[in-house]
Amino acid sequence: MEENIKLNKMKVIETIDLNVHYKDVHALKNVTMSMNKLSITALMGPSGCGKSTYLRALNRMNDLIEGCKVSGQVLIEGDNAYARDIHVDDLRKKVGMVFQKPNPFPMSIFENVAYGLRVNGVRDKKFIHEQVEKAIHQAALWDEVKDFLKKSAMDLSGGQQQRLCIARALVIEPSVLLMDEPTSALDPISSAKIEELMFDLKKNYTIVIVTHNIQQAARISDNTAFFYIGELIELGTTKEIFTNPKNERTQNYITGRFG
Amino acid sequence: MFWVFRVLSLSVVAVLFIILAFIFIKGFKVLSWDFITQSPTEGMTSGGIYPAIIGTLWLIAGSMVFAFPIGVLAGIYNHEYAAWKPLKVFIRIMTNNLAGVPSIVFGLFGMSLFVNKLGFGDSILAGSLTLGLLALPVVIRTTEESLAAVDNSFRRASLALGATKWQTTSRVVFPIAFPNILTGLILSIGRVSGETAPILFTVAAYFLPKLPSGIFDQVMALPYHLYVLATSGIDVEKSRPIAYGTALVLIMIVLIMNLLANVLRNYFGRKYKVK
Repeated sequence: MEENIKLNKMKVIETIDLNVHYKDVHALKNVTMSMNKLSITALMGPSGCGKSTYLRALNRMNDLIEGCKVSGQVLIEGDNAYARDIHVDDLRKKVGMVFQKPNPFPMSIFENVAYGLRVNGVRDKKFIHEQVEKAIHQAALWDEVKDFLKKSAMDLSGGQQQRLCIARALVIEPSVLLMDEPTSALDPISSAKIEELMFDLKKNYTIVIVTHNIQQAARISDNTAFFYIGELIELGTTKEIFTNPKNERTQNYITGRFG
Repeated sequence: MFWVFRVLSLSVVAVLFIILAFIFIKGFKVLSWDFITQSPTEGMTSGGIYPAIIGTLWLIAGSMVFAFPIGVLAGIYNHEYAAWKPLKVFIRIMTNNLAGVPSIVFGLFGMSLFVNKLGFGDSILAGSLTLGLLALPVVIRTTEESLAAVDNSFRRASLALGATKWQTTSRVVFPIAFPNILTGLILSIGRVSGETAPILFTVAAYFLPKLPSGIFDQVMALPYHLYVLATSGIDVEKSRPIAYGTALVLIMIVLIMNLLANVLRNYFGRKYKVK
């Protein structure tokens, strides 16, 4: 039993026989995999392969989709995310998320980041200031925005907005950061900045990233999972997957023969 | 072919312009400081319309107090919370039906419920409740539509931060929708302030130069005063200029409300700007 707990701590995220149905569509089939602490795992595969569905199952954003049914287990730091006594709000505080399109709130830069603290009932102004500053630093945005924290976040560029969204997710100190194609709406320079940022974030967070960009997966991730039509086809270290894939479909995908 | 559309569309503008010009030309002669600050005299053939202006302002404020909180909360429930589709559809259809009820029916309903059954008598309270009911469907629909215009990505972002549904709705979604909701609210009041039938049996006084001292008093009101002057005054011919002046004041109040709606919308729109 004790050993089991230790094992789960190593594995920050673990899914066992995870199935997701959207009404009649079986979107995710028996996915069993795990992510180690302080690693970056890239989920790749052609559109509709289930990689985003998998990501959203980890912080239960799928709950928002009508007709979505999840079965199997999702363990976050050993706790079942779908257990009855788990509050979904508490789960999402542990498992942060960054979306495809930058979506800062129409508030000031400061308030965007402070939001996560405020909804958690934090009132201490000094603490909020410290945490906000720390999070913006962590998102490598501080130097660009420190003089106009009161300005609207809507005035930032797309790449800055996305880093602000990362800061917003980091401020409540989650243990896991989910990123759903975080650079696909950005220009190459902004994308490079985000990728660079992810290396720094790896020191403190376990990251799972969905990406359409095969090169990106190869550049930034420690482990890579290849999904195809709702199934996990192959999971391994990124090096393995890209140099010596075991499955033919994985090989075909990374060499650009389909998808 | 396209010029037909253009002509039809411009003719609508023309109709509005003609109405406004007609009332302005006929009404502005009687307009004066005394007209809006004095009571009617000599059987309403001279003097001002001060009590009717005050009465209408009371009714606007009263109906706002009832219709806004109820309508906005109902709209938030319908759009953000109601999960069971049939219930949602049912509420929506019923809200639309409520909007289609003729205003005279609201008047009769208000008389039998508020005036008689609940014993409020002919009073500002009864009139405001009746007008509030009339505004309710508009307020609910405006709220729902404004909430629907808020991009779902904001909701997702907030929920993903561990915010509860209520925190998401009250701190993110509602502020973004607020400028539009506000505009709808003020426009609905603009409509309500010109209604005659609902106040006919619930609050409006034929002639009452005294100002109300509380919500259980009767008042004069601009639309009803206009009706009285035009049809059943002591000397209809002699009151006619005053009737046009009353119409002009009523239209100006509605116009000012609409301008206010725009100013407020711009102010809050800039505060919660979404690009």
